[in-house]
Amino acid sequence: MVPETTGMPKLHMAIFAVLLIFLMALPFFVYPVFAMKVMCFALFAAAFNLLLGFGGLLSFGHAAYFGGASYVAAHAAKVWGLTPELAVLCGTAAAAFLGLVIGSLAIRRQGIYFAMVTLAFAQMVYFLALQLPFTGGEDGLQGVPRGNLFGIFSLQDSIPLYFFVLAVTFGGILCLYRIVHSPFGQVLKAIRENEPRAISLGYNVNRYKLMVFVLSATFAGLAGAVKSQVFQLASLTDVHWAMSGEVVLMTLLGGMGTIFGPLAGAAIVVTMQNYLATFGAWVTVIQGVIFVLGVLLFREGLVGVLARWLKRPL
Amino acid sequence: MMFELLGIPPQVLLGQLLLGLINGSFYAVLSLGLAVIFGLLNIINFAHGALYMMGAFVAWMLLNYLGIGYWWALILAPLITGAFGILLERTMLSRLYKLDHLYGLLLTFGLALIIQGLFRNYYGISGLPYQIPDALSGGNNLGFMYLPNYRAWVVIASATVCFGAWFMIEKTRLGAYLRAATENPTLVGAFGINVPLLVMLTYGFGVALAGFAGVLAAPIYSVNPNMGADLIIVVFAVVVIGGMGSILGAILTGYMLGLVEGLTRVFYPEGSAVVIFVIMAIVLLIKPEGLFGRAA
Amino acid sequence: MIRTLAVATTLGALTATTALAQGIDVKLGVLNDRSGVYADLSGEGSVVAARMAVEDFDAEGKGMNVEIISADHQNKPDIGSNIARQWYDQDGVNAILDVPTSSVALAVAGITAEKNGVLINSGAGSTDLTRGQCQPTTIHWTYDTAALANGTGAEMTNAGGKKWFFLTADYAFGHSLEENTASVVEANGGEVVGTVNVPFPAQDFSSFLLQAQGSGADVIGLANAGGDTVNAIKQASEFGITQAGQKLAALLFFVTDVHALGAETAQGLSLTEAFYWDQNDQTREWSARFMDAHGAQPTMVQAGVYSGTMAYLAAVEALGSAEDGAAVAAKMKEADIEDPLFGTVKVRGDGRATHNMYLFQVKSPDESTGEWDLYKEVATISGEDAFLPMLDECDFTK
Repeated sequence: MVPETTGMPKLHMAIFAVLLIFLMALPFFVYPVFAMKVMCFALFAAAFNLLLGFGGLLSFGHAAYFGGASYVAAHAAKVWGLTPELAVLCGTAAAAFLGLVIGSLAIRRQGIYFAMVTLAFAQMVYFLALQLPFTGGEDGLQGVPRGNLFGIFSLQDSIPLYFFVLAVTFGGILCLYRIVHSPFGQVLKAIRENEPRAISLGYNVNRYKLMVFVLSATFAGLAGAVKSQVFQLASLTDVHWAMSGEVVLMTLLGGMGTIFGPLAGAAIVVTMQNYLATFGAWVTVIQGVIFVLGVLLFREGLVGVLARWLKRPL
Repeated sequence: MMFELLGIPPQVLLGQLLLGLINGSFYAVLSLGLAVIFGLLNIINFAHGALYMMGAFVAWMLLNYLGIGYWWALILAPLITGAFGILLERTMLSRLYKLDHLYGLLLTFGLALIIQGLFRNYYGISGLPYQIPDALSGGNNLGFMYLPNYRAWVVIASATVCFGAWFMIEKTRLGAYLRAATENPTLVGAFGINVPLLVMLTYGFGVALAGFAGVLAAPIYSVNPNMGADLIIVVFAVVVIGGMGSILGAILTGYMLGLVEGLTRVFYPEGSAVVIFVIMAIVLLIKPEGLFGRAA
Repeated sequence: MIRTLAVATTLGALTATTALAQGIDVKLGVLNDRSGVYADLSGEGSVVAARMAVEDFDAEGKGMNVEIISADHQNKPDIGSNIARQWYDQDGVNAILDVPTSSVALAVAGITAEKNGVLINSGAGSTDLTRGQCQPTTIHWTYDTAALANGTGAEMTNAGGKKWFFLTADYAFGHSLEENTASVVEANGGEVVGTVNVPFPAQDFSSFLLQAQGSGADVIGLANAGGDTVNAIKQASEFGITQAGQKLAALLFFVTDVHALGAETAQGLSLTEAFYWDQNDQTREWSARFMDAHGAQPTMVQAGVYSGTMAYLAAVEALGSAEDGAAVAAKMKEADIEDPLFGTVKVRGDGRATHNMYLFQVKSPDESTGEWDLYKEVATISGEDAFLPMLDECDFTK
């Protein structure tokens, strides 16, 4: 048996390669802003999946990191005048910090209580986003400038911005892949499957849980920070608990515990919201139906079903 | 009566506490239903808020389509909502009992989205009016505030229902069967008790409680599809703080939260929406099984 | 009649070369709340109003191909700004209409300026649109928080309501409304005895109303809108506040809200609007046609979409093209517009359309002769008095 930690299986390499080529050609066929939105959410879902699918921990408050980073990055670009890559870095760092603080408190509990602690803190973050003067309350932070990358390349036009977003999100997803398929990832798997045994083997389970929490929050924050640069706006929607619910939907739909599942899930959900926007409340109904069918029939998610069919991990 | 607490005269404080108690009644009935469902079925019923909303709508529909008034609606709407809950349980929830909690949560979350979305499509989002029944209109001047009769009724009705339910579950034989069935369904089944029927009826009962709260709410809050949406996470917080399996905990915490929220509205109104979560975080970190819960 | 008036306005106000008017493509986007708290006062009705404007303007006859699309921004700035951006980038939209909810309006105004479109805002109230965040491409047609304050605030203070207590929806619009009204109250010799910030949105106002009652104020100012105002008024009645003598000032209230509340509960309320269907023959005639098409009487927001669109189309016809948003907006500011619904409208250099505002009082059930016979006109506030003076740095005609 080839251990998962030595190199990427050829199938995965092929999928990533095809995906990359597809994404590089995409902005010339599809509205680039829409494609960028899909990529940001794909990263967000992948980050969430790290915690849920691979860490076995369900967080109800991931919007806190996504949205929190979005606000910080927006503020950095608009008020401090930082260049995009520095603004994104600031946002991501903020999310990491938030993840550290909340995570260290949340991991003291298990199961549903863990989830409720994450929700409680996410609601507090929402409250702060609403009340603090620098976040703009209901208006959000608007008019975030699209600056010059590294001070040189202008990101005003959609195409250069697109490639920046592609580089960052694709890179982020590859990082997440690497984390999962590493010794650290193996230990996570052990903890998820049988925590007492992992403890008895001498692993500091709490430290691993905290690490995966922080990593998940960091990459979620990266997604949020980039999104604020694309849409030039950070708003309360990004920190609302419905956003936390949406990322669960994307992960469930695509397949928790698979690499490509969240990406597929994000693509489907964002596309659906975009094209069904004219149908108003029907989008909510359809999302609900997907949740229900997903839980009753396709618990592994679309990619999970595919993986089972192909008899290969995806 | 001359002293002031932090700049607020005592009459105002009393008035706010009484209002808090009234709001707490809703939290109590809703969290009771949620606690019953979780404590006895191990299902985290995210659809509870949507079912509360349904209860209010059923009352409205009974009045506007069938001419059936408030007093009958108090009985019929919970029954109808409960029946709908039983339908959900039979067709969908029962398949998930052997799986992780997570799936029940996700399923009911999806159901909540469907129910809310459908109602929003057909009834729009502005509230539908529902009049306070004549027998309960008007009010009394208590000196420190004017208490509308209907709001007094809400406290009485909810307290009766809550403590009635608690009594039934903790003190009667039926309740004993229910509690036994949660701990060891096979053994209880071996005694000839129809466990699946019991489970089904329990879920129906929990949902009926939500529907009842909806009918109580209809005359004073506008009947609109979003009325349960932001309420559900607050009710969750109440149940978690009270202790997830504890019926009494849910009821008492519900009233307590109403009081705390009422006080917050006087001293720091902007924070009244978030205070419950702060409390929940604190409780979870200090005493995770909740204030009244039993340690697992 | 309306058609003649429109044509007369066009010919009178502009020097048009009909040859240029051939084959002008115009795409209009109605962006508003179609499913939320403001759906009734804007929503589909605004689309109907826009269509009526295109027909009455006889766009087709003048060789203009006008297309109207619409979308729901769900009162969220991110959704609104994304739709606006996509409309300008992908869908060739030239002008966006309506946009209630100030947070969304401000976001859309920014994007409109960036993409050189035109925003003809009818639904939002924030004065920022023509002040703090003014843009050469923004036209703010119907009302703003200052006009409302100068109406209801001034009148009620002068009528004896000297002490005010505010229930303020805790978001930008609520605060702006409170600020504007408070300064008007104080300017008229009144005093603000207290305010309370109510989380937005809210269902239960009992606690805040009790505080208002305890403050001993003469007037309780409701600095909120839509469902919040309706709920607050219902509960004020429930708690015997109105019966005990305190007056309620609904600072932003629409005829659809009054209709939803019912004359029984709403009677005696003072409110300020820019338009009411039953004001004169012209408004009645237009509203009857609107009622046929939509099933409810028009609100001032929907009327504003109609008038704003007519003025926009006239400017486009004069210029011969809809491509340059800033130029079209500048054209709209050139001369006074005689509008069938709003009377004489002057669009200022900052994009603020000034016209009369009216103070109304809700009729009692006895006085009301029909389902929509809800208002009686109490006073007229002229455009100069109603709106705030223009800021120098926002005068884009200089």
